[in-house]
Amino acid sequence: MGKTLFHKVWDRHAVGKLPDGSTQLFIGTQLIHEVTSPQAFGMLRDLGLKVAFPKRTFATVDHIVPTDQRVEPFKDTLADAMIKELRKNCSEFGVTFFDIPSGKQGIVHIVGPEQGITQPGTTIACGDSHTSTHGAFGAVAFGIGTSQVRDVLATQTMAISPLKVRKIEVRGKLGPGVYAKDIILHIIRTLGVNGGTGYAYEYAGPTIDGLSIEERMTICNMSIEGGARVGYVNPDEKTFEYLKGRPYCPKGKDWDAAVVEWRKVASDPDAIYDDVKVFEASEIRPTVTWGINPGQGIFIDEAIPSPEELPEADRSSAKEALEFMKFKAGQKLAGQKIQVAFFGSCTNARVSDFVEASKFLKGRKVAPGIRAIAVPGSQGVSKICAEMGIDKIFREAGFDWREAGCSMCLGMNPDQLVGDEICASSSNRNFKGRQGSPTGRTLLMSPVMVAAAAVTGEVADARKVFAKA
Amino acid sequence: MPGRFLPRPDMSLSPIKKVTGRAVPVEGDDIDTDRIIPARYMRCVTFDGLGEFLFRDIRQSSDGKPTNHPIDQAKFKGSTILVSGMNFGCGSSREHAPQAIVRAGFKAVIAGNFAEIFFGNSTTLGLPCVAAKKEDLQALTQIISSEPNTEVEIDLEKLQVKAGKLSFPVTMKASAQQGLLSGRYDAIADLLANLPKVKELAARLG
Repeated sequence: MGKTLFHKVWDRHAVGKLPDGSTQLFIGTQLIHEVTSPQAFGMLRDLGLKVAFPKRTFATVDHIVPTDQRVEPFKDTLADAMIKELRKNCSEFGVTFFDIPSGKQGIVHIVGPEQGITQPGTTIACGDSHTSTHGAFGAVAFGIGTSQVRDVLATQTMAISPLKVRKIEVRGKLGPGVYAKDIILHIIRTLGVNGGTGYAYEYAGPTIDGLSIEERMTICNMSIEGGARVGYVNPDEKTFEYLKGRPYCPKGKDWDAAVVEWRKVASDPDAIYDDVKVFEASEIRPTVTWGINPGQGIFIDEAIPSPEELPEADRSSAKEALEFMKFKAGQKLAGQKIQVAFFGSCTNARVSDFVEASKFLKGRKVAPGIRAIAVPGSQGVSKICAEMGIDKIFREAGFDWREAGCSMCLGMNPDQLVGDEICASSSNRNFKGRQGSPTGRTLLMSPVMVAAAAVTGEVADARKVFAKA
Repeated sequence: MPGRFLPRPDMSLSPIKKVTGRAVPVEGDDIDTDRIIPARYMRCVTFDGLGEFLFRDIRQSSDGKPTNHPIDQAKFKGSTILVSGMNFGCGSSREHAPQAIVRAGFKAVIAGNFAEIFFGNSTTLGLPCVAAKKEDLQALTQIISSEPNTEVEIDLEKLQVKAGKLSFPVTMKASAQQGLLSGRYDAIADLLANLPKVKELAARLG
């Protein structure tokens, strides 16, 4: 009987059973950042512990960094204290830190793959729920809390119970103007924001096979928005091609040997799944969220549902969402005025996202009065975009082109919504208050849809806006 | 911080078999971690003082005025059990969320169900999260709203909640229940004990 990638990786990394019945799981690589690690280092000090395998942890700074001026000390003294604390901790415990001057800084889930630290068949943990992004390479990657960051620092292991595996098969051809972001928003809308609780999601099928690695990252990234802690895609030739030559990948003969192993880690054709769900790509259209959780989405040509037409379990949340968003059931989002366009986040701030949108932004202008910001996911992304002239296209269109960081996805730095501004956002969460203003309103969509919203000043079907592109 | 936030220096923990106290309803489904503690209040290098920011954006209007959130209502003052709806704690992996709950004085959460990472983070801190059926949650909310002095008891061995005449079963993942009952809910000591085995495995994996 065949095994899934999840079970193969789990079995290889299991140290043994713990007294409470959970598994002690070895973590191949831990990634840390400034928000969820300082307390973990503090706990190590309190307990007199060391970092067991310092070479297996990598750090960067992303959540709190300003994206406009980077001169230290930062104006925000709290943010400044956080970067200094991380610097101190990495130096004291011997952890590699992709600091701002390194040229390798960026959002942790973009830096890992970029550096070739993220590899197939391994286990990855990070104190951030979007760690599932790394599953795009066939790694099993967990978002964890700070006490578990401490556990992994101290022992390179953590206590966890095995997950069930749901195969999400996507078949058929995506229509023009429909992107990976639309696929995952549609999956979450269909299976629910807690439909994945207890599961690892294996994304498979011809449509997923046809996606680029960066598109697969967008899909795996938002697994947690569907309740699944882990999401992954089986590694294939595209995976190996993407990784070859990256700084932390094996070289020469070691590379060849690694690829042989990585091929074996993919789910067997006769693997048994706990559940299988099938989606038809041709049925998916550009999707925009209208509510306060990522499952509250509609196709751009649909109307916002009335709570009564939704399943009973979704009604109270839908009512709350309509009230907060100041939208009415039956209303279409197309034509809804926006104030802010945010292009960034670990979901959609990779080179291919900027390249795709730049095709449409070239020669166009952001609508008057719209605050449009573009935030590359890493200094590496920023550099490549500059070499390709992509930054120039964004700037000429009227986007404010920034330095790398998480930025307005969660508004921990100065990039925040003001009042009840409506933001067309390429990020991953539309929770109340998510983008830094308690009353701010977030509409999640694909990067190209963000570009369309920016140039029209309203939510718009990018396929129509850019029809002549 | 000593005691309940960290294992003691010898890493022993007291078993948690029962939680009793008054309870406050925080109604609604999908109460996410951004709502439990907004990201801008996580600009800190310790968890100290996070209790103050629990549910900050829904306890205050944008001009800083209190919204009369249940947590701030006189009748619920001193409550140690939170009662909420489905998918509680969804969203980010920030341990700041259960830390804020614990530091605001809460000792347990009863909800419809819990997001996975939040659940694990909470248990590790010794904050039991038990899941109840919708109708039981509604009945409980009704009782504590009309009689806020009702003592609510969560029996973690029997997985049963009592509040006045009301009594209903709850569920909890077996390993978490086992961890709380045996005082091993923070795994660090057990993980450290196997360090020699971990080193062997690390060498094998390369």
